[in-house]
Amino acid sequence: MTMPFYVSPEQVMKDRADYARKGIARGRSLVALECADGVLIVAENPSRTLNKISEVYDRIAFAGVGKYNEFQSLKIGGVRLADLKGYQYSPEDVTANSLANAYAQTLGQVFTHEMKPYEVEILVAQVGAEPDEPNELFHILYDGTLVDEHGFTVLGGRAESIAEQLGRDYRPDLPLADALRLGARVLAEEGGEPLPAGQLEVALLDRARPERAFRRIRGAELESLLAGG
Amino acid sequence: MPELDLPRFPPGTDPGPSFVELLRRVAPDALPTWPSPAPTAGPPVTHGTTVLAIRHATGVVMAGDRRATAGMTIASRRIEKVFPADRHSGVAIAGAAGPAIEMVRLFQVQLSHYEKVEGEPLSLEGKANQLAQMVRANLPAAMQGLVVVPLFAGWDTRRERGRVFSFDALGGKYEETDFQASGSGGIHARNWIKASWTEDLAGDDAVDLAIRALFAAADEDAATGGPDLVRGIFPTVATIGADGYQALGDDEVAARAERLLSGPERGGRRA
Repeated sequence: MTMPFYVSPEQVMKDRADYARKGIARGRSLVALECADGVLIVAENPSRTLNKISEVYDRIAFAGVGKYNEFQSLKIGGVRLADLKGYQYSPEDVTANSLANAYAQTLGQVFTHEMKPYEVEILVAQVGAEPDEPNELFHILYDGTLVDEHGFTVLGGRAESIAEQLGRDYRPDLPLADALRLGARVLAEEGGEPLPAGQLEVALLDRARPERAFRRIRGAELESLLAGG
Repeated sequence: MPELDLPRFPPGTDPGPSFVELLRRVAPDALPTWPSPAPTAGPPVTHGTTVLAIRHATGVVMAGDRRATAGMTIASRRIEKVFPADRHSGVAIAGAAGPAIEMVRLFQVQLSHYEKVEGEPLSLEGKANQLAQMVRANLPAAMQGLVVVPLFAGWDTRRERGRVFSFDALGGKYEETDFQASGSGGIHARNWIKASWTEDLAGDDAVDLAIRALFAAADEDAATGGPDLVRGIFPTVATIGADGYQALGDDEVAARAERLLSGPERGGRRA
């Protein structure tokens, strides 16, 4: 009788985590910042069609880094969960908190039970509807670890160095254009030129917009904001 | 109701970008269905009455009166029958109010769900086809008297013009060239519009024409509510153009209605 090789659970988990981290580190990074106008999400993404940032519900956005097909299927799952809940209860009952928990559950399940963990990190962001209602940022890791962030959060391979740079210059009440330029600067190589419009995917959860707050910033608007308008 | 889990589907059963299909898979009881035998034998069904849509030079205007009837009773004086479907289209309902409002709710989610899953909105024609399917799905209820006949109108962002679609109880979809009205007072409203509609009608004039056509319908049809100056109830009016769906505020409709009431409609008092 042949005995299977014994591998300690610690080793299995470590291997899986290393595998997932390596996959994520290959991808480009993404930052989300609370600013005066709402929640701004800036991603390094040269593609015009394959989005990393998406609308999930009226005041909730989703963003992912890592393997495109994996975070894309997570995005669709989130849209489905949110719309089911909003239809069966009420739009007010759809919250980033419950959505982030669902994502954490799913990622945790996949990490421990399936052959291969998801090589993704995702963000669930919600902008407050009322002037004094706070925003919410949830950062969810490949193994289902759920972190509730304030101010800003960074996803992706170079998260630590970007977060350090952001920590120096970030203020919570930055105007939209300043927040965007800060994002474009920290996503670039340290000390290099800020990323140009063609390398960026930008979306804003606009506090001032009634109902569906999500809007993409692109084309002429993006150019002019980056230029200092 | 899956509370914590993301819905996931084995290959071959994925509902794609359709919310209706998703509901059918995970919560079929939440789909609007109506019981047989015919509920018409029970309490009177609430009906919404006259709605209309008019195409003009820079978009479309949709409007509806505010009355709902149940048999010979007025069920509501303030019901809304014109709704935004999404950013660039609107839907107006006539017929059995219960199923109609459920249909609008499902239609709104269906459109935004598609847009979020696919990353871009359906074409205007695609939206109209979706609504036609929902009207068709309501056929068993329609056979029992719960007929829903919506109007759909919007701004076609690809062709850059307003378009109006009407439906019959069987789910047939018809594109109207210029305008359409539906509901019990629809025929009177339509005749009134027909008398003054022109190809170069301006948006502002189309709003006035819509309000006047509803007055005309209320004059002739008992189930259509006229302007209620005592309670301050006026028709629902919305405009849809390149910049999207916009509901006119109550104050603006009231001001327009009061101005129009001192116009040719005065003649109606002598009739």
